[in-house]
Amino acid sequence: MKVIDMYDAPHTGRTVTSNDIKISARNVNVFYGDNHAIKDVSVDIEDKMVTAFIGPSGCGKSTFLRCLNRMNDTIESSRIEGTICIDDEDIYDRRVDPVQLRAKVGMVFQKPNPFPKSIYDNVAYGPKIHGMARNKAELDEIVEKALRRGAIWDEVKDRLHAPGTGLSGGQQQRLCIARAVATEPEVLLMDEPCSALDPIATAQVEELIDELRQDYSVVIVTHSMQQAARVSQKTAFFHLGNLVEYGETGKIFTNPEDSRTEAYITGRIG
Amino acid sequence: MTDASTNSAPAARKGASLHRTDPRTRRRNGAERRFRLYGAAAISMGLLFLCVLAVSIIRSGAPAFTHAVVEVEFTLSEAQFEEAESQLLKTAVYERYFNAALTAQLRDAGFDVAFDENTIRRIIGKTGGTIRSYYRADPDRVGESVTLDLPVSSRVNGYIKGRVTRENLLDSRFLTQADLDLVDAMRDRGLIETKFNWGFLTGKDSGVDNPGGAGIGASVVGSFFMMLVVLVLSLPIGVAASIYLEEFAPRNWFTDMIEVNISNLAAVPSIVFGILGLAVFIQFMHLPQSAPLVGGLVLTLMTLPTIIISTRASLKAVPPSIRDAALGVGASKMQSVFHHVLPLAMPGILTGTIIGLAQALGETAPLLLIGMVGFVARQYPDGVVDGFLDPNSAMPAQIYTWASRADPAFYEKAWGGIIVLLVFLLAMNIVAIILRRRFERRW
Repeated sequence: MKVIDMYDAPHTGRTVTSNDIKISARNVNVFYGDNHAIKDVSVDIEDKMVTAFIGPSGCGKSTFLRCLNRMNDTIESSRIEGTICIDDEDIYDRRVDPVQLRAKVGMVFQKPNPFPKSIYDNVAYGPKIHGMARNKAELDEIVEKALRRGAIWDEVKDRLHAPGTGLSGGQQQRLCIARAVATEPEVLLMDEPCSALDPIATAQVEELIDELRQDYSVVIVTHSMQQAARVSQKTAFFHLGNLVEYGETGKIFTNPEDSRTEAYITGRIG
Repeated sequence: MTDASTNSAPAARKGASLHRTDPRTRRRNGAERRFRLYGAAAISMGLLFLCVLAVSIIRSGAPAFTHAVVEVEFTLSEAQFEEAESQLLKTAVYERYFNAALTAQLRDAGFDVAFDENTIRRIIGKTGGTIRSYYRADPDRVGESVTLDLPVSSRVNGYIKGRVTRENLLDSRFLTQADLDLVDAMRDRGLIETKFNWGFLTGKDSGVDNPGGAGIGASVVGSFFMMLVVLVLSLPIGVAASIYLEEFAPRNWFTDMIEVNISNLAAVPSIVFGILGLAVFIQFMHLPQSAPLVGGLVLTLMTLPTIIISTRASLKAVPPSIRDAALGVGASKMQSVFHHVLPLAMPGILTGTIIGLAQALGETAPLLLIGMVGFVARQYPDGVVDGFLDPNSAMPAQIYTWASRADPAFYEKAWGGIIVLLVFLLAMNIVAIILRRRFERRW
């Protein structure tokens, strides 16, 4: 894998290597009742790489993201067809327990949603229910490591037992990221993680996402094309439930193949 | 934008001074002012009614908390005790001793009125039994000089409180004008005093002929045991049912039907639950009549819908992002509910439960049918088990019983009972508010 210079403009010198395939979706169709939300989407998401889903509102990118850790199971009217494999295992197989899957595929949501508990408890909750720590010292260690990964340790180390809801929006979102990585997932799904944050907090979270790429395969849904361009190596463009174009971020933004992608990127649809 | 051309008076807006309100704005402001006025008027009306209600309850009920007593210094010697206990009509002997002591005391106080045993009986009632049980309860008191506080008869009590006046009193075998002269004289010399009636709070119900001795204590105990049954049954069942319906049950016609029926149950007249309780718990299951256990079971049926509805509402109010967050870190459905959703819904659940309990505490109609009304709660239960199974009354049932008795003194007791009931309800609501404050967390 080569070094990637993130902060270059997307059209200059961006280099992307190909990694192992982490998630592979084939002919995925999702229905909400009668509404056909995802139409025949096939995509391969690579390991240790940031993949961005872009597209206008209601295009199905969040829906598809939520298929990857079966969060759509909680919506009763939803129905999914096709296969999604993580490490060549079908996650919709009958033998798969969604709870186990979600420990492997962490998720960060659009709105920061810390539990109304202490910062420590927020992060410790996942490791606790998965039995990852044998004693308090181990748990402390896991919490510290997760908070460091979430790039929030220095800000909260003196007030670990203060409520997580008392943090600022950007800190809350980084806390949620720390909470998600605490269970040591292999894939991290992010559903518009910066939409509720100011530019400074956004920059911090984006920087964090880039660091997380070292260990995780990150899938991020975003409304901001600049953000997709800044943080991702691969970009998928969704439109009206279809996966229109999928490829290297640099190419999507500079030389899209599909006219719809071009129209969206230049601001003519969306 | 094209609306402007169809507007009837667009010219009025353009270039008009902001210092002059146009008629349209004035009309809108007028409407708003009127609406505020209606609101304030509605609130004031409500407050006024509340005040009238509170004042009338307190005015009518306060006398139940005081009673007039005759204070008599009395010494019973060992010899007198022996003699009285050896007689056939023991209480009559005690009464004679007492009357002698009272007469002497009145003479000392400067009375020169001629009065006989019957006068004393009419004023204080039959004292012999009271005195005998007083000494038999604690034989050490024999030989000591004690001050007996003997409550006056209900008519004299009414006279002292102003319910009975000389004008509307006809001489009868219960009370005569001459007796009232004596009562007045005794009050002037401080022999009759008005005291706080602890007996009303701690006492048991008396028979129809003795309103002075009636107290609400036993029925408070009855209500307590009923509420215990209601709490222990309805809180876990109600909360479990709502969690299942709200979080786990699939949405289909069957759960829809259950939902509609729970809402309907909350609106079913309480007497219907009484009939159900009579048929199921007493006639079919042969549980004892008039028992707080049965009352509690019936009230549980009544309280369940209230608790389920309020619990479901507070579960619904927990933001879905919390559920997502828990599921997102790999918690199971049950973990997400019990670790995160339920604690956040707790204040609402507790408030709903306490309000349901308060409703149950004040409910009379279902108790009519299972025999808790009309039952004279003459004694306290002997223990916890008896507390559930022995026939007892409950506060609202006791109030109803008193209100339907003929003696006007019971009417006063009924109002006093209402005050006690309201104090309990108020206390429960305050507890609900405190719990809500304590458990409330923001997210």
